[in-house]
Amino acid sequence: MASVCSGSLDGVEYSQRREKGLVKMTVPRTLAFCYLSLLWQRETITLSDLLRFVEAGHIPYMNAFQHFPEEMKLYGRDKGIFAIESWPDYEDIFKKMIEVATFLDLPRFPDITEDCYLHPNILCMKYLMEVNLPDEMHSFTCQVVKLTGVGDVDFLTFDPIARTAKTVKYDVQAVAVIVVVLKVLFLLDDNFEWSLSNLAEKYNEENKEDKPWFDFRKWYQVMKKTIDEKKEKWEKARAKYLWKSEKPLYHSSIDKSVVYKRREMVVNLQKQFSTLADSTPTVEKNNPSSFQFNWTEEDTARTCFHGHSLQGVLKKKGQSLLTKNSLYWLSTQKFCKSYCKHVTTYEESNFSLSYRFILNLFSFLLRIKTSILHEEVSLIEKKLFKKKYSKTKKKSRSRK
Amino acid sequence: MSDFSDELTRPETEDDQVEPSVPSGTGMHFPWLQKHIETVATGGKKEKDFAQTTGACLSFIQEALLKHQWQQAAEYMYSYFQTLEDSDSCKRQAAPEIIWKLGSEILFYHPKSSVETFNAFADRMKNIGVLNYLKISLQHALYLLHHGMLEDAKRNLSQAETWRYGEKSSSQEILINLIQAYKGLLQYYTWSKKKMELSKLDEDDYAYSTATQNMFNHSWKTSVNLGALIQIPGVWDPFVKSYVEMLEFYGDQDGAREVLTNYAYDERFPSNPNAHVYLYSFLKRQKAPRAKLLSVLKILYQIVPSHKLMLEFHTLLRKSEKEEHHKLGLEVLFGVLDFAGCTKNITAWKYLAKYLRQILMGDHRAWVQEEWNSRKNWWPSFHFSYFWAKSDWKEDTTLACEKAFVAGILLGKGTYPGHRNCTAYCLSPSPAPSSQTTVEHWELAFHGI
Repeated sequence: MASVCSGSLDGVEYSQRREKGLVKMTVPRTLAFCYLSLLWQRETITLSDLLRFVEAGHIPYMNAFQHFPEEMKLYGRDKGIFAIESWPDYEDIFKKMIEVATFLDLPRFPDITEDCYLHPNILCMKYLMEVNLPDEMHSFTCQVVKLTGVGDVDFLTFDPIARTAKTVKYDVQAVAVIVVVLKVLFLLDDNFEWSLSNLAEKYNEENKEDKPWFDFRKWYQVMKKTIDEKKEKWEKARAKYLWKSEKPLYHSSIDKSVVYKRREMVVNLQKQFSTLADSTPTVEKNNPSSFQFNWTEEDTARTCFHGHSLQGVLKKKGQSLLTKNSLYWLSTQKFCKSYCKHVTTYEESNFSLSYRFILNLFSFLLRIKTSILHEEVSLIEKKLFKKKYSKTKKKSRSRK
Repeated sequence: MSDFSDELTRPETEDDQVEPSVPSGTGMHFPWLQKHIETVATGGKKEKDFAQTTGACLSFIQEALLKHQWQQAAEYMYSYFQTLEDSDSCKRQAAPEIIWKLGSEILFYHPKSSVETFNAFADRMKNIGVLNYLKISLQHALYLLHHGMLEDAKRNLSQAETWRYGEKSSSQEILINLIQAYKGLLQYYTWSKKKMELSKLDEDDYAYSTATQNMFNHSWKTSVNLGALIQIPGVWDPFVKSYVEMLEFYGDQDGAREVLTNYAYDERFPSNPNAHVYLYSFLKRQKAPRAKLLSVLKILYQIVPSHKLMLEFHTLLRKSEKEEHHKLGLEVLFGVLDFAGCTKNITAWKYLAKYLRQILMGDHRAWVQEEWNSRKNWWPSFHFSYFWAKSDWKEDTTLACEKAFVAGILLGKGTYPGHRNCTAYCLSPSPAPSSQTTVEHWELAFHGI
């Protein structure tokens, strides 16, 4: 027996009372809960992957209620809970994940060790492959991970109870490490990376037999083209997205006939126009995959940079190899005071075009905002250059 | 590989060298404030992805329409229909009009669409909400007219006429009047066809009387429909013309005169040169007194000095007895030739040539000087340049001669390059029809007037 104003028994009450500390389940929170279980199992799926699958429709989220059994009728207050008009946002789901875990009083999650998929070493390898960067960069990412301590088991493992522990965005962090390595190798000041490319190009032309040197310019051209195409397709698919379900949700029985009539109208109009649209099948419903891009050596149409050598960016100094680049610029000069914990916002025009391109590339890959990635890069740098940061802090104090 | 940590500890000692190459600003940054600023437009709530994707869809449709990619537009339209179910009530109410405008464009041009699909679409859109019924009906009728389906259009308009829902706002009033007017226009068209048929029939023919009766019925309906519209300020040229034609046919001259006078002189109506043209033609047909004709044309002269009726105006002024009219006649001619579109008008040049001669002989040199004063700076290069002389001579020798004569008077002999050609032409042995008068012209010019 359903109550008057909602299909569910407690719909009205559910949406009304807001007790402090009480967390009520919503569709986004359900998704966050699903992610928690995946994290507990240490599955080979990151949060960005999960959200991407939701957007592609592989996971029921939008009109999930359509899959409910017939007896469960939804209307009235249920509409506010189940009618979704936005895709899940990374930061939002991440926050909710912590919220739910804290509320449920969950213990420390199983350890994320070096052989786990979510460990930065493995994730870095995955992302390096996906964006077509040379495999040799992996050793650099491992070194950064070691120096910053982000590969530490205690750092990585999620512990809802321990308040001081920061929760890690595994995918964003791995990508941030790659960005830092790129900055170390190529400086990304709109100048140095191109001169290195010139050298690489010259070497590659003269030594066609050897393993080619990694040419940043060529990589940029290939990636830009690929990303632009993918982005365009993605934008068009989003514009065509159909939000409304076949069984519309309505507020009350008076509302019902109007809402159903509207749906019928829309369906009729759509039928009429579908004959005018392209008859060729549009969307190839492909299976969910963790990789959005695949690069192989055999494909001659698109250059694969996995096997290329980083010799062009390194130089010998005695026994060891050093990077040709000896400079580094920090993404953030100053961090906010401790209670705020915020990083200064990402103002695009302050940064070089190469850096912007890299950020846009990776942000699109993970479907997150560039500011989040920039923030994560800043945090990695904070750990990496903590001596530098503490020095400036001391300096400012001594001035007083 | 390499010991990376060495590399990184180096910057610490060489402090000054490792400057961050980009300053990240010293102003205050409030990340949370940015989010709130973004929500001001939406009344404090973050924009939902539904609104964002439908907005993107709309721009894709518009782009496809601009590029004439009808199939693509139809594809996006398919997804755009869901705005009719938007949970935001403002957007939901605005959706039908947008969908109608875009959808009707697509269906008009799409190769696979037909009149049936358009009809079905229009019928559906009319009945979504009540605000759009009249507008869509009117546009639907125009579409049917465009495809030559007059009967269907008329039926459509009659149906729309009987629409009654709630209070009529002022915009609805206008729409209803427009609908009635178009219906009247269709009826006029039928009447006109019957008139043509009638003219072929013989008066003794037995069908004649029924035909006339039939016609009369139509005309009565038309007048009812058009009469109301013409009262409203606006530009109603085709309606007025048809209405007046009908009134004249049935002998209602007074009615016609009233309508036209009202249309031309009522201050509420926007300034419309055609109104004056219609009135003038009517008065001409009625053989109205010259003074009346002149007054009408004077107003037209003030609105459109380059109108082709200005030459008629000039003729009337010339024939008049008043001296001020003669002066005005000269002004009018100069006024006409001021415009680039009239530079090759032979009649204008002929009139000007003739009139200048007449005026100069009539001792009104001051008038000519007055007119020439404001023009002497730019007319020479505008009309009498070497380029024009050459091209006029090639195209039309008569025009060239008339211009040469005028130039001779206004500029003085020998300065107009065309003079040489004209002289050559005049002195050539080939018999030219007006060579006699041309030589006369030259004689006058060389007398140094």
